[in-house]
Amino acid sequence: MNQIYDVIIIGGGPAGLSAAYSAWENGAKKILIIERDRELGGILQQCIHNGFGLHHFKEELTGPGYAYRCIELIKDKPEIEALTDTMVLEILEDKTVIAVSPEKGLLQVQGKTIILTMGCRERTRGAIRIPGERPAGVFTAGAAQRMVNMEGYLPGKKIVILGSGDIGLIMARRMSLEGCKVEAVLEICPFSNGLTRNIVQCLEDYNIPLYLSHTIVKIHGHERVTGVTVAKVDEKMQPIAGTEFDIDCDTLLLSVGLIPENELSRGLHLEMHPLTSGPIVDQRRQTSMPGIFAAGNVVHVHDLVDFVSEEAEIAGKFAALTALGKLDENLTVVNVEAGNGIRTCVPQKLSLPESGEAARLFMRVANPEHKVKLEVKSGDTLIMSKMLPVAKPSEMIALDLPADKTKLIKGSLTVALNREA
Amino acid sequence: MSVDKRVLTCIVCPRGCEMTATITDGVVTEVVGNTCPRGKKYAEEEILAPKRMLTSTVRVKNGALALVPVVSKTSLPKEKILACAEALRKVTVEAPITEGQVICPNILGLGVDIVASRSMPAATDKD
Repeated sequence: MNQIYDVIIIGGGPAGLSAAYSAWENGAKKILIIERDRELGGILQQCIHNGFGLHHFKEELTGPGYAYRCIELIKDKPEIEALTDTMVLEILEDKTVIAVSPEKGLLQVQGKTIILTMGCRERTRGAIRIPGERPAGVFTAGAAQRMVNMEGYLPGKKIVILGSGDIGLIMARRMSLEGCKVEAVLEICPFSNGLTRNIVQCLEDYNIPLYLSHTIVKIHGHERVTGVTVAKVDEKMQPIAGTEFDIDCDTLLLSVGLIPENELSRGLHLEMHPLTSGPIVDQRRQTSMPGIFAAGNVVHVHDLVDFVSEEAEIAGKFAALTALGKLDENLTVVNVEAGNGIRTCVPQKLSLPESGEAARLFMRVANPEHKVKLEVKSGDTLIMSKMLPVAKPSEMIALDLPADKTKLIKGSLTVALNREA
Repeated sequence: MSVDKRVLTCIVCPRGCEMTATITDGVVTEVVGNTCPRGKKYAEEEILAPKRMLTSTVRVKNGALALVPVVSKTSLPKEKILACAEALRKVTVEAPITEGQVICPNILGLGVDIVASRSMPAATDKD
């Protein structure tokens, strides 16, 4: 017979840990976290740089420091169990979870509710189709980060980084501190996708050139990378003939985007969003399947772990209340549409009781903007607005709609930028 | 009199103002391009005494993992960061290690301790 839990959490990174703590705080009596790595904490354990936790823990922490605080919150609580080295293979519609571990072999447990917190993974060379040879020495930035920060190996000495997302920038500094030479960071967009702080402190501090609107058109080397050919790109991101130049290197790191890891979600046939590549959720972070919740990078890629924790706390709370049968299920569902200038908005739905319910919206703009007004409208009614002095695609915008505002919503909700303001 | 100009990007908030500072005889006499007073303060600090936190790893003997991450207790002078990182590459510590444990006291005589940013248990037979 299956062991029955109130809440089963798939993934023991910051989202899973925060969800577990919140489920516990909200009264869940039997909580299980399943983690496939050798320890809890997720990707934070390899993000040894600081800058985490300013919102959530009100102090500046390193990645392992943030993970440690999350782990401390769930430690020594008899209601919370955690399995490490355990890989979930499948989740069934009746919320049976099938997993495998070297210690326990195949195991099967069942949850009244499940929270998906599997995080995301990196796009690889295959995902961006760089022509050229297939030599050793091409790594994703995160894989190199794990080698350098946890396993104790240097992937190379003379480095080129493709992509100026935060992981790429952080690795540029990290490799420099380990005595490597970082020759260049290349970005196909006309703007960087990383935080300004990281451009300054990871590139400018180490005199590493950042080439915007540039990409790699060829990788050289047969056994090992010997260099790359770089070209400028036009507005359509196509390489411009005649602008090519070569950079010698023995290692190429790719920081070219993250993809929510949703094999289990797809196995459940959850409704997915084409732009976030994550499950569609409501403000409680419940997916299209009742009792299955999701939070963190599996829903949409965040830039701050603090927001991951906050989102996971919402999912943890509502999973616990659902498991305990404490929720009024008489809800009106409305869609949340991303309007003018907004690329994505999570949640994509609101499930509202008559009295309204607080909803936290996370949005990304499509393009960099200055002095715009973010407007949340239901039909012609302005529900809420916020002036944004600056908005960047790389920096997620959070907006809290209080219950008395969501009460005013009739029909669908649209979030959009107003440039006239 | 020596007059110098320096362009720098403010990192206090996401707006990222590009500022130009005028330095006269080693003193910041003018900052333009900032939109708030915090930008001016940042520019002055960044020009006169830039500081950075340092994070790195050191080797662990007999630990569950090969490395333990470390962090400077407070910020260090920016121009000493690479020298400090190099010094840490030569350090080995013995497990077990607890979070916050001093790994390298008073690094390079700068008055700042380098501490472990996580705990690291000793290796068990399983590992």
